Amino acid sequence: MEPQSELLKINKNEYLAQQKSKLEDALEMGLTKDEYNLICDKIDKIPNITELGIFSAMFSEHCSYKSSKKWLKTLPTEASHVIQGPGENAGVIDIGENLAAVFKIESHNHPSFIEPYQGSATGVGGILRDVFTMGARPIALMNALRFGSPDQPLTKHLVSGVVKGIGGYGNCIGIPTVGGETNFDKSYDGNILVNAMAVGLAKKDRIFYSAATGAGNPVIYVGAKTGRDGIHGATMASAEFTENSTEKRPTVQVGDPFTGKLLLEACLELMNTDAVLSIQDMGAAGLTSSSVEMASKGSLGMNLNLDLVPTREDKMTSYEIMLSESQERMLMILKPGSEKKAKSIFDKWDLDFANIGEVTNTGRLILTKHDFEACNLPLEPLVEDAPEYNKPYEIKAIKKVLKPSDLKTNLTIIDLLKIIFKNPNIASKKWIWEQYDSSVMGDTIFANGDSDASLVKIHGTEKKGSFGRGLAITTDCTPRYVKSDPIIGGMQAVCEAARNIASSGAKPLAITNNLNFGNPDKKNVMGEIVGSIKGISEAASYLSTPIVSGNVSLYNETNGKSILPTPVIGMVGAIDEVENSLKISAEPNNVLIALGQSENFKAGWVGCSIYQEIINKKYDGAPPPINLENEKKVIEIILKLNGQKLLTAAHDISDGGLLTTVCEMLFKYNLGLDINLPSNLINCDSYDPLLQSWCFGEDQARIIIATKHIKKVQLILKENNIDFFVLGKTNSSSNLNLKDITTISIYDIKNLNEKTIPSMMGDKQQG
Amino acid sequence: MRTGVVIFPGSNCDRDMIVALRKITGKTPIKIWHKEYDIPNLDLIVIPGGFTFGDYLRCGALAARSPVITSIKNHISRGGTVLGVCNGFQILIEAKILPGSLIRNNKLLFTCRETTLEVQSCIKNPFLSGLKIGECLKIPVAHNEGNYFAPEDLLKQLKEEGRIALKYVKQKDNEKNYNPNGSTEDIAGILSKNGKVLGMMPHPERAINYLHGGTDGLKFLTNCVEQIIG
Repeated sequence: MEPQSELLKINKNEYLAQQKSKLEDALEMGLTKDEYNLICDKIDKIPNITELGIFSAMFSEHCSYKSSKKWLKTLPTEASHVIQGPGENAGVIDIGENLAAVFKIESHNHPSFIEPYQGSATGVGGILRDVFTMGARPIALMNALRFGSPDQPLTKHLVSGVVKGIGGYGNCIGIPTVGGETNFDKSYDGNILVNAMAVGLAKKDRIFYSAATGAGNPVIYVGAKTGRDGIHGATMASAEFTENSTEKRPTVQVGDPFTGKLLLEACLELMNTDAVLSIQDMGAAGLTSSSVEMASKGSLGMNLNLDLVPTREDKMTSYEIMLSESQERMLMILKPGSEKKAKSIFDKWDLDFANIGEVTNTGRLILTKHDFEACNLPLEPLVEDAPEYNKPYEIKAIKKVLKPSDLKTNLTIIDLLKIIFKNPNIASKKWIWEQYDSSVMGDTIFANGDSDASLVKIHGTEKKGSFGRGLAITTDCTPRYVKSDPIIGGMQAVCEAARNIASSGAKPLAITNNLNFGNPDKKNVMGEIVGSIKGISEAASYLSTPIVSGNVSLYNETNGKSILPTPVIGMVGAIDEVENSLKISAEPNNVLIALGQSENFKAGWVGCSIYQEIINKKYDGAPPPINLENEKKVIEIILKLNGQKLLTAAHDISDGGLLTTVCEMLFKYNLGLDINLPSNLINCDSYDPLLQSWCFGEDQARIIIATKHIKKVQLILKENNIDFFVLGKTNSSSNLNLKDITTISIYDIKNLNEKTIPSMMGDKQQG
Repeated sequence: MRTGVVIFPGSNCDRDMIVALRKITGKTPIKIWHKEYDIPNLDLIVIPGGFTFGDYLRCGALAARSPVITSIKNHISRGGTVLGVCNGFQILIEAKILPGSLIRNNKLLFTCRETTLEVQSCIKNPFLSGLKIGECLKIPVAHNEGNYFAPEDLLKQLKEEGRIALKYVKQKDNEKNYNPNGSTEDIAGILSKNGKVLGMMPHPERAINYLHGGTDGLKFLTNCVEQIIG
């Protein structure tokens, strides 16, 4: 090899990248002193800047899960239908007929706050790549969004940009965005959450994994060129390392859904041949994490010539190439001899295809640039020795139980209902959903709140007499419950997701989770993480819905103030015949029955409810308790009733309680209902706290069903010892009557429901 | 009945259109790649929706310069039938096969929802002849640039020549947002001078199943196929 002075002449920045690092470099890259010493010790040398950059990326919270790993290991991940649990690009479950559902949720919180359009668009692009990397064609997109207070001026800008970005990517690539949740709370004022979920469909025996195989096999780079975008600002090395700071690009990646679409089609076309041995998407930490993970999972090594990596800009250094997060790129190991055939597919789609190196059996990652060795690292310490911290934690839970009589108000039931539907957390999200293409691919059955879970038909499963099978998908979390009691909040997120899946008529199968929290160095935040993982584990085990993939996003805080703890549950379920799925809208002359609610239910749980917040102006009290046995019972019974085709609609009771749920069921056909009340409430007036708690309490494990077969349904409910309360029969009056106490115009409430978000966004014509 | 569906880089409704045509004709349409100069004789060519070439420059502008456009123009000059849906309509306009322009939706937002279309009184054509004038079809739209614009003289000409094929209409008297994009005179689709080319923003291929989107799209496409077979 030439002396290093030769390199200085060719590319000064590369020369600098290959110089020995110092402790200060490590600190600037976000590593601690102990971590730096550990690295030097494990690799038996002082790493150069590029090598240190690779370590800092692999040891980052994002790649190593160092704060949460200890607790993530406790999640239930196994069941007979799980094909692949956490650890791959996405989770895989068996859905019968030799088919598999491949899915994952991932956050793109910080970039979306800085640049809402690109941040959210690349969030969608990234999660889609995670799914098609495994050989699955993505068939549905979902999202879970959290914004700051609706009154904050920035919120409108962020909502507008994030929604455009999600639509911009999903609509262009042609995958339907079928639903999700959008909520507002001032704790997200300086730190919004953008979690995107993708679900794909693959043949069970054609799943692709990332572990490299076979020393000597070619390593292929495909997709877009590598640029200087997304190199983490904080990890940019010392001042002398960057000769010219104007060369730096913003740290937010820029997405190109068009290239994403080409990459999707080219990869799936290639995967139809026998050329691909393993494949990994270049997501966070780009070429670093993909090459390290592929080689280490295969217990092999990798030699790469970085001069062969297609680059968008001149004189990129090994450091920049390894840490760039340019989008729409993949790394593959091909069967030797298949390169030509593979290249012709990528040529057809006008994408770069470069043979950049080979798999070795050295157990080392060796990189060359300008014929100089830019990196020579053992792989084991990069993966195995990443720190795992047992950070101190304290699980704080509010135990104070609020009684209805603790809440005194001069608001009537109609006043309260109006306030509830003026709350953007409850109101219709139609203004947002219409900006997403929800019907492309032609398989969408229910999107955007038509049903408690979104539902897509599984293409190609049509049979004589049936439109075929379907997948139900939902994302759920009630952060205010998690804040009040992390364990109960974690359980509730799982239970609500399962109830939503069941209310669409599908059987809950498995979970992907997105754990969004503040700074884990704070005891109470770490307590929220530990507590909610405990809650999620307990509920997921009980309901046999294992966690098969997920993502952790920490340090979501501004000026020392954390976001509400937000462990989002993305759940997937399956239904055999999509024509037997359930919507939320009741039809005329349906009987509405609250399942899971006994005749003796005379007061609702007000702690931490939307109702309680309206009266006290802040959330207070313990959240509604979770009884897993009851949750399971209500899920099983609804599937049983629906299996016998006895139901028209179903809607789970959640935010806003029973009366809010009833209204939502009546909206579509402008129906009326004379609602039955328990005997103790008949003589109440509209201000009575007990009656109000019955209307708006948020007790869990309840679902309202609509049926035309009241006698059969009642019989089955009694046979199965299910608590239920018959609410009444829908009529065409458009009035919801609570005996003589009050009459609610469904038209008026529906109007409010539809106008809230458009008027918040300044769109006056809508509705 | 021989049909073909044109595929450009970035087309994304090609599969949906193929599924719909196969359901109606019983035969799988041929896929026509955008680089092809020679295409076989076909009874109907469909340019499906999508974001060809990422909508870069202008929607449909780059696709309109693809080799396949020459073949499509030859097919049209031989009296052939072409249907362009959504981005397909944008491509037909950029290729100057149909006149006018499709600009950003008036609210500057992508919009995906059901619309009600009314069949207009127009020249003989293989798409709507067979349906009643004034008949309404419920078919969804999903686009960012579907706001049809034509200068007054062109509009006058289109009317005189009976080339306005489909319009968005109200279902209720007080309905405000029945036109999803602000198009001139609520135009949703227009015909070529000989009536053999139709460009439309709504997606009939997304309304072929009563479980989602209804079946008016199926009715529309079935009628096309029946009219072409004769």
